[in-house]
Amino acid sequence: MTKSVLILGAGSDMAKATARLYASKGYAVRLAGRSPERFETLVADLRTRSDVDASCHAFDALAPEGHKAFVDALPDLPDVAICFVGAMGQQSENAADPLKGVEVMRATFEGPASVLAHLANGMEARGSGTLVGVSSVAGDRGRATNYVYGSAKAGFTAFLSGLRNRLAKRGVHVVTVKPGFVATAMTEGMDTPKPLTADAQEVADAIFAAVAKGRNIIYVRPLWRLVMAVIVSIPEPIFKKLNL
Amino acid sequence: MIETLSGWGRTPRIACDVLRPRTEAQIAAALGRGSLIARGNGRAYGDAALNAGLTVDMRGMDHMLGFDPETGVLEAEAGVLLSEIIAAFLPRGWFLPVTPGTKFVTLGGAIAADVHGKNHHIDGSFGAFVDWIDVMGADGDVIRCRKSENGDLFRMTLGGMGLTGVILRAGLRLRPVESAWIVQETTAAPDLDALLNLFEAQADRPYLVAWVDCTTRGAGLGRGIAMAGRHAALDDLTPGKRARPFETPARRARRLPVDLPQLALNRFTARAFNAAYYRNGAREAGTALVDWDSYFYPLDAVLDWNRAYGRRGFYQFQCVIPLAQGRAGIRALIETVAASGRGAFLSVLKQLGPSSGALSFPMEGYTLALDFPRAAWSERLMERLDSITLAHGGRFYLAKDARLARGTFRSAETRAQDFAEARRAAGHSGVFGSAQSERLGL
Ligand SMILES: Cc1cc2nc3c(=O)[nH]c(=O)nc-3n(C[C@H](O)[C@H](O)[C@H](O)COP(=O)(O)OP(=O)(O)OC[C@H]3O[C@@H](n4cnc5c(N)ncnc54)[C@H](O)[C@@H]3O)c2cc1C
Ligand SMILES: NC(=O)c1ccc[n+]([C@@H]2O[C@H](COP(=O)([O-])OP(=O)(O)OC[C@H]3O[C@@H](n4cnc5c(N)ncnc54)[C@H](OP(=O)(O)O)[C@@H]3O)[C@@H](O)[C@H]2O)c1
Repeated sequence: MTKSVLILGAGSDMAKATARLYASKGYAVRLAGRSPERFETLVADLRTRSDVDASCHAFDALAPEGHKAFVDALPDLPDVAICFVGAMGQQSENAADPLKGVEVMRATFEGPASVLAHLANGMEARGSGTLVGVSSVAGDRGRATNYVYGSAKAGFTAFLSGLRNRLAKRGVHVVTVKPGFVATAMTEGMDTPKPLTADAQEVADAIFAAVAKGRNIIYVRPLWRLVMAVIVSIPEPIFKKLNL
Repeated sequence: MIETLSGWGRTPRIACDVLRPRTEAQIAAALGRGSLIARGNGRAYGDAALNAGLTVDMRGMDHMLGFDPETGVLEAEAGVLLSEIIAAFLPRGWFLPVTPGTKFVTLGGAIAADVHGKNHHIDGSFGAFVDWIDVMGADGDVIRCRKSENGDLFRMTLGGMGLTGVILRAGLRLRPVESAWIVQETTAAPDLDALLNLFEAQADRPYLVAWVDCTTRGAGLGRGIAMAGRHAALDDLTPGKRARPFETPARRARRLPVDLPQLALNRFTARAFNAAYYRNGAREAGTALVDWDSYFYPLDAVLDWNRAYGRRGFYQFQCVIPLAQGRAGIRALIETVAASGRGAFLSVLKQLGPSSGALSFPMEGYTLALDFPRAAWSERLMERLDSITLAHGGRFYLAKDARLARGTFRSAETRAQDFAEARRAAGHSGVFGSAQSERLGL
């Protein structure tokens, strides 16, 4: 039988590359996000390139009361579900207006955790499946420049870790992805250091490989593991005075 | 965002404001605040896809929209790479109808330069297989054009170097093939006359190209290796290959991790390289089965080979000489290069047929393409090659050009005036323009 993959947050450049990669491997692809009519061209693209079944579905991370119905209405319970949903906002605005910060936290943590929880329950009952959460190195330690987003990713990372632990003996695998910097619409205009910046295709390749090999936590560019190990080990009295 | 961009030759480098649209609306919103130019994958060598004011990088608009197996027509957005088309369709028995010597160009770039392949003498250029084009004009409206509908815009957009608007989508007719293999016929020719005789004798071959030695003077002047080819039919394959006709060994692309010092490619290495290439070609003369990637895209094996010429970058000189003056013109060009004592690493000779677009490069005749490192001597040498081209009624390929003087270009291009006027009349000038169009007065 054809396997299927669910892509949450299909408007992201990483999602597009990942959808194409799974389609090229013969997976049926379900694209989900807000205003799903935007994904029609990607649906056409997947069908044209890879001759696979592809469809789009409305999904709003900020409306968790609808998440069960969303999962139930999918053509099938997917074999692999990958969540790219997240919102960074502007740290200065998030700090000045805590309600904006709350929305970032909800879109980055609450919504993704909620939908993966529904999918996890379905997969647990079935006894198979893989869940992939795209989190961030920003969650490894809170920094002045993006701690609202970072704290939500920290929550999401912990959630994924717990979910992995819970489902490890139930045939369901959970992958945590920490992309590092990625050249996408989100980071356009930011001057990120080249050796630490991946492109969307690298993220897609890393995710596909991690799912296939059953890896737990991946940094897309391995250098990040080192960078974050250093950042995490800086003593707080020093860390609080740094500009990072 | 401001980024320093260049073409494949890495000269000139210009700080450009860059927009990476994901929707048409984003392009429309950028119109009318100074001129802009669309950019594909930056494989034109010079300044054709550079505009300091605004360069619109079309790589984000890369969806394939549909394919009709009855007609072979693929509908796709302009930012799709030819390599992606091959990856999606060769396994299903379809290949590009025309392809340049690298597969890393976009559909939009292939249309805008009306690129030619090794089959131009038989099939014509890329434009001959383009059913329709959707172009966003100066007012943000999208116009569908084809031969029979908005035909002027169609002809001007083919080979129009992005100066008639932003190409959004197109319908491209693919070519059915029985396998991913090419039957290649290699022949060594000891001098230029022999090489051109060979071209005439093999003019019926679907694909035909020659590498020519531009370092050797005297009796061996213009010696070369001709490589003819055709798509292998199932009958050409061994039973093993016939069972899986679209599977070829994957070629791992390598990278050049650093810029080489300019000295690496000098007159001595050029001479040694050319001599070795000729010996090797002569030894391998005969017929062989070659995979599509090695036959069409030998240079793609090293992803960023343009770094081999060092930080200062390099030029490619490419002109076409009309058939009537072809032999004399090509001989004069090669003589001049060989006499300079510098040679050129990559010298490629092809035969072209008539062209389709209002400003397309091809004309019936011979085209010669030569690479030179950027240096005072190479700039002087290319000026001599410019004069020889003009004296033989030839013209220059804008997709390769980074340095032509406006006067030289205008003398070669009787079509330029009409093109520029039509652009003015259509309201394109001032809205669409590149560093190249400014330099050449298009
Ligand atoms: C190794 C190598 C081998 C080559 N061999 C050949 C060959 O055999 N035959 C041949 O004909 N050419 C050849 N070329 C040249 C190349 O095919 C052309 O320069 C082609 O136009 C590059 O496409 P691109 O997508 O990189 O476009 P760019 O280089 O980014 O742009 C080229 C031109 O197309 C315009 N353009 C790009 N996209 C759009 C769009 N969406 N709308 C409007 N205008 C657009 C740009 O404004 C510019 O004028 C070769 C180049 C290289 C590097
Ligand atoms: N780019 C980086 O450097 C980087 C680094 C580390 C981690 N990440 C993470 O990687 C993921 C993809 O990011 P990206 O860079 O590709 O940026 P992006 O394009 O902004 O992707 C974020 C995605 O989340 C979706 N989204 C936001 N709020 C939503 C909501 N309420 N309901 C449904 N979907 C919602 C967005 O959809 P809309 O199109 O509807 O807004 C968009 O598709 C994100 O989780 C991001 O945090 C990115």
